[in-house]
Amino acid sequence: MRLSLPVLLRLSALALLIAFLLRPDWFEPVLKPLTDNNAPVVYNQGSLLMLTFQHLQIVFIATLAATIVALALAVLVTRPIGAEFLPLSRSLVNIGQTFPPVAVLALAVPAIGFGEKPTLIALFLYGLLPIFENALTGLTNLPHAVVEAARGVGMNERQRLLKVELPLALPVILAGIRLSVVISLATATIGSTVAAKTLGEVIIAGLISNNLAFVLQGGLIVGILAVLIYDGLSAIERVLARRMGIAPK
Amino acid sequence: MIEIEHITKRYGDADVVSDVSFVVQPRTVTVIVGTSGSGKTTLLRMINRLVEPTSGAIKLDGRDNRAVPAYELRRHIGYAIQGHGLFPHRTVAQNIATVPGLLGWDNTRTDTRVNELLSLFQLDPATFGPRYPHELSGGQQQRVGVARALAAEPNVLLMDEPFGALDPVIRAKAQEDLLAIQKRFGTTIILVTHDMEEAIHLGDRIAVMDEGRLIQYATPAEILARPATPFVETLIGTGDRPFRFLSLNEVGEAVEPGTAEGEALPASATQRDALAELLWSGRTALPVEADGKPIGRVTVEGLIRRAARPA
Repeated sequence: MRLSLPVLLRLSALALLIAFLLRPDWFEPVLKPLTDNNAPVVYNQGSLLMLTFQHLQIVFIATLAATIVALALAVLVTRPIGAEFLPLSRSLVNIGQTFPPVAVLALAVPAIGFGEKPTLIALFLYGLLPIFENALTGLTNLPHAVVEAARGVGMNERQRLLKVELPLALPVILAGIRLSVVISLATATIGSTVAAKTLGEVIIAGLISNNLAFVLQGGLIVGILAVLIYDGLSAIERVLARRMGIAPK
Repeated sequence: MIEIEHITKRYGDADVVSDVSFVVQPRTVTVIVGTSGSGKTTLLRMINRLVEPTSGAIKLDGRDNRAVPAYELRRHIGYAIQGHGLFPHRTVAQNIATVPGLLGWDNTRTDTRVNELLSLFQLDPATFGPRYPHELSGGQQQRVGVARALAAEPNVLLMDEPFGALDPVIRAKAQEDLLAIQKRFGTTIILVTHDMEEAIHLGDRIAVMDEGRLIQYATPAEILARPATPFVETLIGTGDRPFRFLSLNEVGEAVEPGTAEGEALPASATQRDALAELLWSGRTALPVEADGKPIGRVTVEGLIRRAARPA
């Protein structure tokens, strides 16, 4: 890999993030001006590193579940047998996307209580649409000659799906997952309003005690995570697309 | 042997293929010719059941092609299409190994076969095997497409306008390669094209289709000499007819006793090439040789007599 400026920037962002999570006290002088009355500069009600892991874990589980469900739906509705479920599936995932995550939390808490579960449900519903729509696009826009060849060489329906259709649609499907992950990374912060362990806790603590340093560090960690994960997944998509001879975007 | 018996394919009210019957002899090349919309591709695709006929039956070596599941049938019938249809996410070697993989061949046998085919198509296995299809030229992709179709040693190879996307020079080469490989493996080939020149060049027999019907099924010589309908005559192109007729036979068959000046033609050249050479060089006779030894001469007069419509 060539060490170009964008790559260098990302590497330094990553180094900065790791340094901040492991040794937040190093950064006290930088954040000091943002606090009043000798308030604590670095979040002190829990480890930032642990919160980051828990944040990522919630996003990972929610996205994984959304990927499995959205992909299964997309595969189902692109088979002849499931074609009539296409409008229904579309409506369902659209509702998931238009229903505000805050409202999902508000509705879920009375039913299943405080903690991680309401957040997982909200993120799962919110993340379905991009993955479903992209998987649908990927699976319906396959090159005709290739699909025809897959039938012609004698692959049965399952083999065509697993060996040709899904691998060919993979870059587009990954793009959907990438969108979903980034949306979830940001949205997960509101989970802390219902006692989920996420980086939202830092932001909320800052808002309550009027501590700008808390708000900033919580926000920045989420922001840098989102940028790095977005770039990482984009890079994987590009490698896959280039291998197939699709011009990188 | 492939027996096509009263095959009809109807979409809605329209017959795309209408009551077509003919028999393809084993180890021959049969070319289905027609204009677009003549039903030639649909007919071809009914042989490996990519399309199911409305009525009629197709038998391969006496067995109805509906006796086994369609996907199993297709593993034993090679299929090559225009634009090659290679899997872009798999390497050249993996593409060729597709059908052996589906049939559960072991790795050694598959690798041996892949290397054999790549060498046969003049693609170095070490260089081209690990490449991806988009890294090849159009002609190379087309060869890999045919190699993939032949990978599991099928008795029958179906080809749908396989050379349609190639430029004329590469197409001529690809046609020669196909004939050489057909001789080597003894594969029964059914090839669809809209190009009568290609049909005459490649076909042992030609099936002419128009509006879903089989108009004429005969040898190239017969089609040229006695086109069944004005439509067939149009396809042949009356202006080229005598030359196409000459292109069917070798110079060796037109040799007369005697000698002539100038460089000798090999007996295996076509009579058309011989006439072209005579006309272009402004001579009336050319020497002919076989295996480096002179065997006589061809004359303009003799060739012109042979170019005339047979009685």
